[in-house]
Amino acid sequence: MATQSLMRRLPPVSVMVASLVVLIMLILVIFAPLIAPMDPRDVASYSLMDMEIPPAFMEGGDPRFLLGTDNQGRDLVSVILFGLRISVVIGLGAVVFAAMLGVVLGLIAGFFGGVVDGIVMRIADIFVSFPTILVALLISGIARAQLSAETMLAWAPLVLIFSIAINEWVQYARTVRASTMVEIARDYVRAAKVIGLPSARIMGRHILPNIMSSVMVIATINLAGAILTEATLSFLGAGMPPTYPSLGTLIRIGNQFLFSGLWWIAVMPATVLVILVLAVNVIGDYLRDHFNPKLMAR
Amino acid sequence: MTETTRPVLDIRNLRVEYPLANGTTLVAVKDTNLVIRPGEIHALVGESGAGKTTVGNALMGLLQAPGKITAGSIIIAGKEIDLRTGRTEGIVPGRDVGAIFQDPMTSLNPLFTVESQLCEGMLTHLKLSSREAKARALELMKAVGIPEPERRLGSYPHQLSGGQRQRVVIATALACNPQLIVADEPTTALDVSVQAQILKLIRDLADERGVGVLLVTHNMGVVAEIADRVTIMQNGAVVESGPTREVLTAPKAPYARTLIAAVPPIDARLDRLPVPSEETPVTLDARAAVRRKSARNETGSREDVVLSVRDLAVEYGGRSLLPGRKASVFKAVKGVSFDVRRGEIFGLVGESGCGKTTVANTIAGLVTQSAGSIDFQGTALGARREKSIRQSLQMVFQDPYSALNPRLRINAAIAEPILFYKLASNADEARQDARTLLEAVGLPADAGTRFAHAFSGGQRQRIAIARALGPRPSLLICDEPTSALDVSVQAQLLNLLKDLRDLAGLSMLFISHDLAVIRQMCDRVAVMKAGEIVELADTETLFTAPKHEYTRELLRLAPSVERIFGRELASA
Repeated sequence: MATQSLMRRLPPVSVMVASLVVLIMLILVIFAPLIAPMDPRDVASYSLMDMEIPPAFMEGGDPRFLLGTDNQGRDLVSVILFGLRISVVIGLGAVVFAAMLGVVLGLIAGFFGGVVDGIVMRIADIFVSFPTILVALLISGIARAQLSAETMLAWAPLVLIFSIAINEWVQYARTVRASTMVEIARDYVRAAKVIGLPSARIMGRHILPNIMSSVMVIATINLAGAILTEATLSFLGAGMPPTYPSLGTLIRIGNQFLFSGLWWIAVMPATVLVILVLAVNVIGDYLRDHFNPKLMAR
Repeated sequence: MTETTRPVLDIRNLRVEYPLANGTTLVAVKDTNLVIRPGEIHALVGESGAGKTTVGNALMGLLQAPGKITAGSIIIAGKEIDLRTGRTEGIVPGRDVGAIFQDPMTSLNPLFTVESQLCEGMLTHLKLSSREAKARALELMKAVGIPEPERRLGSYPHQLSGGQRQRVVIATALACNPQLIVADEPTTALDVSVQAQILKLIRDLADERGVGVLLVTHNMGVVAEIADRVTIMQNGAVVESGPTREVLTAPKAPYARTLIAAVPPIDARLDRLPVPSEETPVTLDARAAVRRKSARNETGSREDVVLSVRDLAVEYGGRSLLPGRKASVFKAVKGVSFDVRRGEIFGLVGESGCGKTTVANTIAGLVTQSAGSIDFQGTALGARREKSIRQSLQMVFQDPYSALNPRLRINAAIAEPILFYKLASNADEARQDARTLLEAVGLPADAGTRFAHAFSGGQRQRIAIARALGPRPSLLICDEPTSALDVSVQAQLLNLLKDLRDLAGLSMLFISHDLAVIRQMCDRVAVMKAGEIVELADTETLFTAPKHEYTRELLRLAPSVERIFGRELASA
């Protein structure tokens, strides 16, 4: 009986596997400099002599390079670890930025209603009517033209985060606005108003904690999307430069050699990207169902 | 045994269990016996959690997933229920057992017309042709007394009023000529005048068609009005059962006595409702402390007017999308005037939609008036208010389940306004104040470390009162503070509010639809109808010599045990 009820409360196996995958990837990302056999950012640590070596398990492989090397002789394990790191950081950054912007605007729109609501939500409508990739290409194009190559190198992740988030915040704003409108009709918010608390305090202390679960669900689902968008941009050449490659940049580099038989340069980072996005999506879907009041058993 | 005397429902030693996640079982109903004969209305009363609704669900095969009948038998019209499946061979819910639920707003499907919902059951269960079904639907609509039945058949539920919808629900329940109807709180969501009509309809159906009715309710007045027999339940078990007059006027079981005593009488004002007092030395100490802190309210005489409302009008809607076009305006309140004096409990009573809550919301600043003035302690109130004004005017809401922030510990919720108005110099002191307030409303001081969901409805309402007292208000607005609560809890809360008024020199604006509660609580009362005050008088004058026709009608229709059985009630 006790084990049975415990089983019922645990999430399904797929979700547990996905969580494990994400956890391992996070550990890899955090400790990448310690785990990676070499530092791809340090030109001195690799040699053109080692270029285009196939993975270790294939004929002609070298045991030093588990997944082989790319066209510059960089160890693919190391490049992928560092690339994963950049992808995850940009993905998380974009989600956090979009969530903060969306939550604040959504709360304000839902709480005050009327004209304020109209203005914020029409701005949201305008933002969402531009395709994410197009806007991101535009922004990074402008940034590239305005900033010197040196500064661009340092600013590239921030530009990416900004260009992805500028479209994604709308989803948070709409959800938060709707949830806020539900909450302000509840007596505890009315009580806070009668007590005389200022609006900012009611929004931050009373409403926000009660709508955070839906924000967390969107954030998880969006994380996968943000990582993919970043990969797409980098693949199109508007993202991370080849010297600091993200997973998307690696796939772009590998793409040039795909038909020369050097498939591993593109396929290895692509596999990692697919696994990461799939795992995050599985968790996101689970959370969405879990917090959906309509599916919740009473 | 002949056909006519055979019971339509015979429940013997019923036991319903819910297995819980932690491995134990919750016994929702135990050792329950209940017999209903044709034409008999049998009331099942008890407070929330007593198991009365579970009995109704069990016999209709509507028990929710883990719940199971584990012992006993249910015999419907001579056919026994199969304990393994929870269903009865040969008995189809909807055909042989009709159901009337509490909320007429949700028990009809908004997407289908009245006709299609009425005919659905007849087409499937009775295999009638659609023409026959329609004819019968019309007949049923006439039987339940809906005006213009032909036209109403083509209506959608939202086009009907609450009372008409409940009539349609009753017609649906009757559609297949059931021998038994289960009515679960059929009039709780309705106004008194509609309630009276619906109750009469149910009584007539029982008398004329010989239908047996299981009436699940918490309202003793309703029981007295129409039930032949009554069964009182507590914690899943039957406490007392018998003919209505006998049980209501001379209850034998101690629980039945306290339950019936807790019902506020409408024909007399009691100093305190006779329920066990929760006063302990701790509460008295805490109340003394609260009294010291709210001493400023004691200045000034009893005759001073604290709140003066003049020609208050509130309109909703009215802002048109297009400029130059006048949008339709709903006048919720049309020119209401009254005064609340210091230390007085002023009542506003009326049916739903009469504007009484809008008046409260306007005074509290949640809604802005479109005309008229509100004068509070010499200051005119508008949309923008000074901090000191907001502090002196606090409110207790109707729904104890949504009135507390679920993500905030009780201490934090009570301490928040205290800190905000700088009534305590630091967080520790505010927490100490919160503990004192909790004790003053009869809760243990360590209740504050928990979250709202750990408390029952009555306890939550006590917490909401403690929170409202924190800023040391001089006027407390109570909007239906007890209408979501059980009678015994209501009685305790009403006693508590009276005590607090005496203690802190509070003035109160008390809003309720329940005349009996108003009589127990208020010094003066205003009766509202359609946004206007039709009568304003001292409570005793209003109840003993009502002047306005509407007041008289409300008093006449309110179901009350005393009106039916006089004052032969056992004064326990």
